[in-house]
Amino acid sequence: MVEASVTSLRDAADAPRDADHPRDSLIATFGADKPLTLDAGVELSPFQIAYKTYGTLNAERSNAVLVCHALTGDQHVGNVHPVTGKSGWWDTLLGPGKPIDTDRYYVICANVVGGCMGTTGPASTNPKTGKPWGLDFPVITIRDMVRAQAMLLDHLGIDTLFAAVGGSMGGMQVLQWAASYPKRVFAALPIACATRHSAQNIAFHEVGRQAIMADPEWRGGRYHLDGTNPRRGLAVARMGAHITYLSDAALHRKFGRKFQDRENPTFSFDADFEVESYLRYQGSSFVERFDANSYLYLTRAMDYFDLAADAGGILANAFKGAPTRFCVISFTSDWLFPTSESRAIVHALNASSARVSFAEIVTDKGHDAFLLDEPEMFGIVRGFLDGASKARGLR
Amino acid sequence: MSNLNLPNIERTPGGARVDLVRVAEMVTRGAKVLDVGCGDGELLHLLGETRGVDGRGIELSREGVNKCVAKGLAVIQGDADTDLADYPDDAFDFVILSQTLQATRQPRVVLEHMLRIGRHAIVSFPNFGHWQVRLQLLFAGHMPRTDILPHSWYDTPNIHHCTIKDFRQLCDEVGVKMEKAVALNAWGSPLRLSAPWWFWNLFGEQAVFLLSRRR
Repeated sequence: MVEASVTSLRDAADAPRDADHPRDSLIATFGADKPLTLDAGVELSPFQIAYKTYGTLNAERSNAVLVCHALTGDQHVGNVHPVTGKSGWWDTLLGPGKPIDTDRYYVICANVVGGCMGTTGPASTNPKTGKPWGLDFPVITIRDMVRAQAMLLDHLGIDTLFAAVGGSMGGMQVLQWAASYPKRVFAALPIACATRHSAQNIAFHEVGRQAIMADPEWRGGRYHLDGTNPRRGLAVARMGAHITYLSDAALHRKFGRKFQDRENPTFSFDADFEVESYLRYQGSSFVERFDANSYLYLTRAMDYFDLAADAGGILANAFKGAPTRFCVISFTSDWLFPTSESRAIVHALNASSARVSFAEIVTDKGHDAFLLDEPEMFGIVRGFLDGASKARGLR
Repeated sequence: MSNLNLPNIERTPGGARVDLVRVAEMVTRGAKVLDVGCGDGELLHLLGETRGVDGRGIELSREGVNKCVAKGLAVIQGDADTDLADYPDDAFDFVILSQTLQATRQPRVVLEHMLRIGRHAIVSFPNFGHWQVRLQLLFAGHMPRTDILPHSWYDTPNIHHCTIKDFRQLCDEVGVKMEKAVALNAWGSPLRLSAPWWFWNLFGEQAVFLLSRRR
């Protein structure tokens, strides 16, 4: 059924091309002299980072804002996406005069290591074999992603970020930034995230991964070589994950039990309900822009994330002595990264005497709210960044 | 907390609430300050502007918190009764409880935490011993309502009213040192310093205390 709704806009063979030569992006390459040391105990070299920038870096090089993208996001945060043709994934929040004001800040957004939009990942060409890495690509962590971003900043000649901002997996990177490089981040804005991935979240990810691996076209991760593509598996993974990004109330408000283009049930397994049709569309459009193996690697990176474990079991130690000022934001109906997780971040930051603000925003839009039109979030992001820029002496 | 709902309180010509100005006068410049029950951030803003403090806040209402954060203040959503326990010892120079003591469930525990977290505590509260309050109960026979205590008995957040005399007794019991105290009349002016405590207790509409740990 899912298969029927999948249109073949792009062949699997396209993925390695985008992975090596992304459209409409800047590329930083790191040669043998600059390997990326991974938590898995191996070095990734050579590798490249695909990124976008918006605005202008000031003479003091002090107005850089790093935007960290979520699991299925990419570097196209504020421009029309070259593959989907859709507007930037955070263009409600970022742009001239917007809360992340590109007239004032120099915004950098990079595709994460392990991604599939131009930064080295499993769909990229392995220089040793001349073929896509596939599962030979080393397992990466959130800390590895941040380490790579720090190398990008070195490459751009930026010592200290004015701010790091991100939601969900992007928020994890923001927290990791503050933990790994406290002196290089003036202000941190982690949104709808946690300092560790919960058992429930790991469980959801595992369902998604199993859906991909159960697709016969996955071929043990070698689908690029075999000219196949595990579309159905990846689409099912996306459908399942998409439910976790919404809320019962939001689904009910949007779809209820409404039928799709019909008056009565068909007494079949066709997409009778609007919500089914919507999920199938979400699944099928996702596979046109995302690599299945990348999905495996990035979900794994989130599963492994546990800042407290990295700090000897005490979360407050992860931020000990951090000069960074924080603004933590959560949403009332987010059950994937509930407010209790954000509160744990705030408690740890208080215990380490960090300067922290925390706001919970009332919405029924679930986890996805961080990407949507939430005026209260915009006001808070703007106020926090304004206050921080005053303290930083920007403008 | 209660800071949000005091529309009738006196203001200085500059527009600042007089009781907050008195509180701010007790804070040393550049100090690290925690405002417990910071409302919409008026005091934190005043302290930042006039005293250059490194200010943080806790506020119970989500509305208040979000207003504060949008103003660029470092404020978190939290409850004075439960969340002060999470702060380490000596984290602040001043911990301020402005017009909030009477709304806490355990005023004594809150006061003890304040002086554990901070080297100094500043507490301001409406004096329930004020003559207007006494007269309303004595002659009108109903729970007092005044400009700074505008609520009816059934919807008030204020569950632990006290008089200036009561508060001094609590300070003695907890073993804290009273460094400064000011009682303000209905217009927010301080009463004569030489006046005896009973005079303050009768004519002070509100009181501001600067406290520190007894060595």
